Amino acid sequence: MTLAPDVLALQLLTGLALGALYALLAIGLSLIFGMLTVVNFAHGAFFMVGAYVGFFLYGLTGSFWASLVGAPLAVGAVGLVVERFLVRPLYGRGLDYPLLLTFGLAYVLVEIVRILFGKQGLPFDTPEALSGAVDVWVGYFPLYRLFVIGAAAAATLAVWLFIDKTSYGLIIRAGARDPVIVRILGIDIARVWLAIFGIGAALAGFAGVLAAPLQGVAPEMGDTVLAEAFVVTVIGGMGSLLGAVVAGLLVGVTISMTSLFAPEMARVCVFALMALVLLVRPQGMFGRAGLLS
Amino acid sequence: MLTVADLNAWYGLSHVLQGVTLEIGQGEIVAIMGRNGAGKTTTLKSVMGLVDCRAGSVVFQGREILAEPTHLRFALGLGYVPEERRIVPGLTVRENLRLGLLASPNRARETLVIDHIAATFPRLKERLDQFGDTMSGGEQQMLAIARAMVSDPKMIMLDEPTEGVMPVLVDEMLSLFVELKRQGTALLLVEQNVDLALDIADRAYIMDHGTIVHHASAQSLRANKEVQERYCSV
Ligand SMILES: Nc1ncnc2c1ncn2[C@@H]1O[C@H](COP(=O)(O)OP(=O)(O)OP(=O)(O)O)[C@@H](O)[C@H]1O
Ligand SMILES: [Mg+2]
Repeated sequence: MTLAPDVLALQLLTGLALGALYALLAIGLSLIFGMLTVVNFAHGAFFMVGAYVGFFLYGLTGSFWASLVGAPLAVGAVGLVVERFLVRPLYGRGLDYPLLLTFGLAYVLVEIVRILFGKQGLPFDTPEALSGAVDVWVGYFPLYRLFVIGAAAAATLAVWLFIDKTSYGLIIRAGARDPVIVRILGIDIARVWLAIFGIGAALAGFAGVLAAPLQGVAPEMGDTVLAEAFVVTVIGGMGSLLGAVVAGLLVGVTISMTSLFAPEMARVCVFALMALVLLVRPQGMFGRAGLLS
Repeated sequence: MLTVADLNAWYGLSHVLQGVTLEIGQGEIVAIMGRNGAGKTTTLKSVMGLVDCRAGSVVFQGREILAEPTHLRFALGLGYVPEERRIVPGLTVRENLRLGLLASPNRARETLVIDHIAATFPRLKERLDQFGDTMSGGEQQMLAIARAMVSDPKMIMLDEPTEGVMPVLVDEMLSLFVELKRQGTALLLVEQNVDLALDIADRAYIMDHGTIVHHASAQSLRANKEVQERYCSV
């Protein structure tokens, strides 16, 4: 079977839109792991809650923009509460405690959403202003997917500027390498960790509300996406922002391209990609060796 | 300025500090000496709040700080240059210095402070935009000291600052310490090199097996070869 180049190009764009969402999720996972050494299994649930908060606000206000702003804020707030009251007591007890906690928390959040919104998935209309397709030279492409790419890129850029250019970012970069010296120099590292968990959760919520018009909302929507986001984090390298973005886009494109030829192979290919990267670079594409040692 | 009384510290089940008592006043240089494993580093770490399990009393600037978190001790004016230096990899020299300023009121005049510190440490001045961890060991030690100084702490604890540093730099460092003392900063100095420590210190404590076994003025300790032999020879 041969495919026209324009079909491939459009599929590439579709892959980038998907990858942009993975990148948003992976940035949060990676920040949280890199700073707090917490493997956040509730990240998929944060994504799902973001989608539902967006759904709720869209229904309430009729404005997609309100849900686009409200969802990350609400999920960020959930993240702050979770870190402060659930994760914080577990610091210094090894990797498995927060892992199990967030694993359980994901089930709790899914169940709460089922109680509030029902077990069935619900449709989420693409906002009027962003529906339709635009001419992207190789053909017509859904405007909303372009918007997803742009919004995710903007959020990523904002996070990068925050980390690379601000004083808070300096604390974050130092704290990821050596939390002890950060404390010695008078900074309350607990507050930094709180903020990081909140930011990571907010990014997951943002990805959730962005994804909602593409796939609707469903209580289980975070499950598959979590597995893929972890794969992205591992490929990119735990703790690396650049790695999360590059690997996110790579995985998105891999999935959309294989879907074109052999849809049933898409996820297998992603895991094969991960195995390949790990064989060559066990710490991931942009990860540092010995992060956990 | 700092009064430590009956300080005890544990690493797990091992009782490393067994009742350390010492004090240091404004503008004083006090040395802590003793063999490897005597508990010198642990004493400084406990004063900074970096050892989880501790008991006793640590009063700094009239305030009991034993239960306070590390960042609060910094806010009270306690500076610490750890044995491992802890230059943050991946950050430039300038960023390492800025890190030392972020929690300090001096942050408001960052440019001024960094210019001033660069004038004090010419070697750092040339390397402000180099990654801190790519510098030589001696230069990293200078950076660690500079980073502790930018917030103008009332007291600085230095853990073996001259270790692995070449003689020219050691001399620079010692005159810096004397200058800090002149400005009223208290220096608590852990040092293996007895002669060097006694050259600039006012008083010295000698530690062994987690307690203070001897305390004297630098002058009288310099004459006391027997104590030096017994507790400080390697
Ligand atoms: N993190 C730790 N866990 C367990 N034991 C420790 C730890 N750090 C130090 N110790 C032990 O505590 C004792 C005192 O160590 P400390 O580092 O305070 O000695 P020191 O006087 O600074 O020695 P040195 O001159 O070698 O630096 C030693 O017996 C050491 O083995
Ligand atoms: Mg030591």
